[in-house]
Amino acid sequence: MSGFSLLASRSSLLRVLACGSVDDGKSTLIGRLVYETGAVFDDQLAALKRDSRKYGTTGEDIDFALLLDGLEAEREQGITIDVAYRYFATARRKFIIADAPGHEEYTRNMATGASNSDAAVILADARKGVLPQTRRHAHIASLLGIRHVILAVNKMDLAGYSQSVFSDIAGEFGQFTEKLSFAGVTAIPVSARRGENVVRRSEQMAWYTGPVLLEHLETLDVDADVTRMPLRFAVQWVNRPNGDFRGFAGTVLSGVVSEGQEIVVAASGSHSRVRRIVTHDGDLKEAITGQAVTLVLADEIGISRGDVLTSPQARCETADQFAAHVIWFARDEMYPHREYLLKFGNQTVPGRITALKHKLDVNTLEHVAARSLHLNEIGLCNVATRSAVAFDSYDENRETGAFIIIDRQSNATLGAGMIAFALRRAANVHWQALEVNAEARARVNAQTPCALWFTGLSGAGKSTIANLVEKRLFADGRRSYLLDGDNVRHGLNRDLGFTATDRIENIRRVAEVSRLFVDAGLITLVSFISPFAAERQMARELFQPGQFHEIFVDTPLDVCKERDPKGLYARAAGGNLKNFTGIDSPYEAPLNPELTLATANATPEELADRVITYLKSRRLIP
Amino acid sequence: MGMPKSLTHLQRLESEAIRIFREVAAEFRNPVLLYSIGKDSSVLLHLAMKAFYPARPPFPVLHIDTTWKFREMIAFRDATAERLGVELLVHINREGLKRGINPFDSGSSLHTQVMKTEALRQALDRHQFDAAIGGARRDEEKSRAKERVFSFRSAGHAWDPKTQRPELWSIYNTRLSGDESMRVFPLSNWTELDVWQYIQQENIPVVPLYFASERPVVRRAGSWIMVDDDRMRLQPGEQAEMRLVRFRTLGCYPLTGAIESTAANVPEIIEELLSAASSERQGRAIDHDESTSMEKKKREGYF
Repeated sequence: MSGFSLLASRSSLLRVLACGSVDDGKSTLIGRLVYETGAVFDDQLAALKRDSRKYGTTGEDIDFALLLDGLEAEREQGITIDVAYRYFATARRKFIIADAPGHEEYTRNMATGASNSDAAVILADARKGVLPQTRRHAHIASLLGIRHVILAVNKMDLAGYSQSVFSDIAGEFGQFTEKLSFAGVTAIPVSARRGENVVRRSEQMAWYTGPVLLEHLETLDVDADVTRMPLRFAVQWVNRPNGDFRGFAGTVLSGVVSEGQEIVVAASGSHSRVRRIVTHDGDLKEAITGQAVTLVLADEIGISRGDVLTSPQARCETADQFAAHVIWFARDEMYPHREYLLKFGNQTVPGRITALKHKLDVNTLEHVAARSLHLNEIGLCNVATRSAVAFDSYDENRETGAFIIIDRQSNATLGAGMIAFALRRAANVHWQALEVNAEARARVNAQTPCALWFTGLSGAGKSTIANLVEKRLFADGRRSYLLDGDNVRHGLNRDLGFTATDRIENIRRVAEVSRLFVDAGLITLVSFISPFAAERQMARELFQPGQFHEIFVDTPLDVCKERDPKGLYARAAGGNLKNFTGIDSPYEAPLNPELTLATANATPEELADRVITYLKSRRLIP
Repeated sequence: MGMPKSLTHLQRLESEAIRIFREVAAEFRNPVLLYSIGKDSSVLLHLAMKAFYPARPPFPVLHIDTTWKFREMIAFRDATAERLGVELLVHINREGLKRGINPFDSGSSLHTQVMKTEALRQALDRHQFDAAIGGARRDEEKSRAKERVFSFRSAGHAWDPKTQRPELWSIYNTRLSGDESMRVFPLSNWTELDVWQYIQQENIPVVPLYFASERPVVRRAGSWIMVDDDRMRLQPGEQAEMRLVRFRTLGCYPLTGAIESTAANVPEIIEELLSAASSERQGRAIDHDESTSMEKKKREGYF
């Protein structure tokens, strides 16, 4: 066996993000690295030569960019639309390059590539210098916790291999990055197309005496020594093959875990000791950062997926409110107060962004006031989760300080967050235990309290039906209350308008109030358009199972327009009423309501009867 | 000397794969491991055994049998399932067989479409699997370079590059609704060289077809095709000859080209790889119909 293979199997791994503006030659640079380290085979080279003639932009030369632009759509448009991963190895190191597209609208891809990278190579065109996008890329790389950045000043061949051109660009970049949190900044003059200072030293730039790009990447010391950091072990899966074995499978996210060591469960504060570190290859005395192992503890304590085990001396934070930088990826804007799912490592909890403190201008690093985040924007937000989560600040630990934001309806990944600091320690705010509780009040009222949530378009007949239902309940001696959209907007929600953000807050408040009323023992009728499925879902989850009943008052839009009891459709059609549901603001019909009332062929009285029948069938009223 | 305080690249790749396996077990209702019998599948299965030890992997292993695999592959498959004690499911597209689909008359493209892609969809639907773990690597082919570790498939198993979710850190969005499903690739970041080095390090058994041996082959379109059984149709004037060959990838025998090689064990294969001039998929007929053909197959639900 040759020395190369022996070395390669002991080699380390470096993950590098490559980013640059359109036409900076990033793909060409990566193609060059891959080609010159021997990771391109003859058949791939033949395909590349064929493709270069068909799609290439380099005349008779091989267009190395085509090695990377894999998807048909991209080749046709000549742009890279998604992060591509590329692999090559030298005797010293294996490299994974994340090739992140440089278009302004693709911040998402930059952040994705950066999140797993140890270092970043940012390209600049020697003829154009430091552009707003160069700053943007450096800023995002820094925000995502990359500590080492390399500015590759490319196309030096087109800038006369000029030392002063290079020094000016390197100087400007150095000045800008002083404000960022990089540990190392290096500038290298290269020509990717001609392969100068990439793998081989350029004869044209004898004035440059620093390392060439590959040499620099091979020797870069990125070991932030996470092994010396406090222990964080994320429990991913509980391993119980039989009654005799209970192990916690997970990964050491930072630090070292040793046999016999004392550990604390972050959320519960329970203590125990590590009895065994189990692997398929036999038990270990210790496991270091990055290792996936299974821990067996000395005591039977409650631990499940999502728990974080820490050392007792340096625990992580546990809180349900914290500040975080959020990067927004979705076409739909971020709505403060809408409930999303937040996934932190292995814990998934519902949570909301309660306030956007400021937006970041990634070109100038300035803070800008804003109410919401749009596609590819970054802001510092206050976040509240429904239950406490265990975390560290992202600056301290990239593994335990990060989360993603998931839409509850579409399951799309909407954004990513990096925790800055805890706002309130969960331990300081306790629920007041009340002695007269919901059950006691329900007993006195001799009824089963519940929420009847009427949703539907404006003019669908929600309030008419709800009103009739309440009259019948009242006649039977039931205790009830009707929360009506229009009425509540005159008082509690007087400060809210009709933008999507305000609509979400409108529903959140009503949902909370109806929960208090149900807690007080009342049958609570809520008559609100409540157009968004996400907020109705949020409302539902505030209640105990069986307490929340979604009633869809199903009237076609045309019928509502025709009825137009308040003259609102006419005003909206005339352009005098903005954000009107069904006209220029969407209504998301319920998919699985407890009850659907189709109003087309029934009178309001008949429909009210159906609600009463439903309540009896569910034994909510006698 | 104390213990090394950082992991080698193979240890990092191994740990990453184990973490992905465990995430699947924790987050999905009914996962399955797609087993193709090749070297990548051997590594995948080995990692699954490691990820859940001392428990067995909490999912079955599925092989899509086109009925045209090398005989040694099938023998190896059954022996492996027996050795590891895993539950093996084998699915054959019976309707395809009835229609008489085969690589000779139907052509490689239709044969693959019916006996592999459609067969896979049938099996996933029949068992209602919501996550299928596969051994695909990003370095195999250009359109795979952008594949996610958790690759989202809409109802009907279609892959749309535009609906793929951004994947940050090691936090995977595993949520599905209705008939949506996930394909999961724990070996995403491995290269062919990593796979062989790991096979050597861990002493993982692989199908002997990977090792050079005298085999009966015919020369077709620049490849050596093995005459694995008497279904192989020889063209006029064609005659099988014995050659010292081995395979870099394994598929249906009439569609998989061997290379002339003397590499008879894993270290020799690694040696050969380091000086190799062709990529591993070069022997695969299905990749060469047109330059972007893999992307098309994926959109249709090919693995």
